[in-house]
Amino acid sequence: MSTTELIEKLKVIVKPYVKNEEGFKNMTEESDFLNDLKINSANLVDVILDIETEFDIIIDNESMEKMLNVKAAIEIITTKLGEK
Amino acid sequence: MNNRVVITGLGVTSPNAVGIPAFTQAIKNGVSGIRFFKALEDLHFSCCVGGIPTISEELKLQYLSPLQLKNFNSNGILYGCIAGIDAWKDAGLSINESADADWDSGTVFGTGSPAVEKLRESFYKIAAGNVKTLGSTAVSQTMASGISAYLGGILGLGNLVTTNSSACCTGTEAILMGFERIQSGKAKRMLVGGCSDDGPYIWGGFDAMKVMAYKYNNTPEKASRPMSATAAGFVPGSGAGALLLESLSSATERGAKIYGEVLGGAMNAGGQRGTGSMTAPNNEAVQRCIKGAVENAGIDPAEIDLINGHLTATTKDAAEINNWSAALNRKENNFPYIHSLKGMTGHCLGAAGAVESVAAVLGLHEGFIFPSVNCEDIHPDIAAIINAEKIPQKLIETNTLQVIAKASFGFGDVNSCIIFKKYNA
Repeated sequence: MSTTELIEKLKVIVKPYVKNEEGFKNMTEESDFLNDLKINSANLVDVILDIETEFDIIIDNESMEKMLNVKAAIEIITTKLGEK
Repeated sequence: MNNRVVITGLGVTSPNAVGIPAFTQAIKNGVSGIRFFKALEDLHFSCCVGGIPTISEELKLQYLSPLQLKNFNSNGILYGCIAGIDAWKDAGLSINESADADWDSGTVFGTGSPAVEKLRESFYKIAAGNVKTLGSTAVSQTMASGISAYLGGILGLGNLVTTNSSACCTGTEAILMGFERIQSGKAKRMLVGGCSDDGPYIWGGFDAMKVMAYKYNNTPEKASRPMSATAAGFVPGSGAGALLLESLSSATERGAKIYGEVLGGAMNAGGQRGTGSMTAPNNEAVQRCIKGAVENAGIDPAEIDLINGHLTATTKDAAEINNWSAALNRKENNFPYIHSLKGMTGHCLGAAGAVESVAAVLGLHEGFIFPSVNCEDIHPDIAAIINAEKIPQKLIETNTLQVIAKASFGFGDVNSCIIFKKYNA
């Protein structure tokens, strides 16, 4: 799956949690979930649960801690998909 | 000098109607909200009827955001948010969009047993080793103070934000706790009320106790029969009632509509002594509570025009009438009118006192006494104390209604009684 495709899928997943529409419209690989998209930090676990369901992968605690931006999310998803 | 406390907003989520205009019509017309539930029958309940408010998905979205409704499974909080936000808006207040909290407004919003469905869902996930899948809102949806936390956040409340719990007394108690806070000058506005969840997992314990009506599964609308000779236990209900209480000075300053005044009230307990137990009231305590409320309100017992009773349709109804009669020293033809909303709504448990208080205040404001349905055959023990005509079988429209006494009694042998009065500047 290409990075562009992954970003499109991620956009659908994070949309319900986003508090900054401007940041969402301009979401790129460099976007930060908390600072740019203004996702409530408590909702990060929900985003990760939704990613697990969408890609049918399991994300461990260590990976979860790193998943604070689009870039890290894509790296982790790609790695987990590769392990399947 | 104590502040006078008035009611400037109302909201309700009741089994027989949602929203104040529909609820007003429903209670005037004696509309029942009691239905048969196949799910209860399938689970081998003795009582398969109950009262659950009808809420569409569209309506939910008027109160909670799609994000708030994601993985949401806490009916009591939903009912409480609908009633609470309605009461707030009904009082002419807007949703606080500013960055600052409203330091003068708070809430005491009660619940009996919160979020049983959400707890059940969560427990199954935990037991299966999937604790991780609970998501971020399992705590806020299931904590006892969930309802006050949701309302506090939506409305931006910055005064006391708390949840009380005292079984079937909860709603009435919340009103009095908010009343006292405004009376003593610690808040200008308090959103008060109670909410209750519904379904087999909250009603099961009552079914097991054999205190619910099981003889009317084929005639749900006849099942809840307060004060009737054929009463056979209570019918479970759910929902929420909310009142916006406000200091008279704040209300008049804003030019707010005033529904009525909270003159005073009392809360006590029977210590589970005497006739009292975990599940039965100490009659002396009930009488003291009623007398205490009358005294606190500074009225004469003869001024009470109407009693909005607890009257659940169990064998305790006659004892309740006797307690009112003894406490007020009024009987037979000298007894005030008395009615019970539960014939239409069932027993809304933690929400009961709040839903019933909303009904009482509407009657006071608009000048009507709603009919006490399903008691055409008044229990002989009750007819021995008061005249049958004191229990209205049909709607009474009157412009002389001035003072209503409302009481609730709960497991744990706890009592609350409020005195509402028509507002006279």
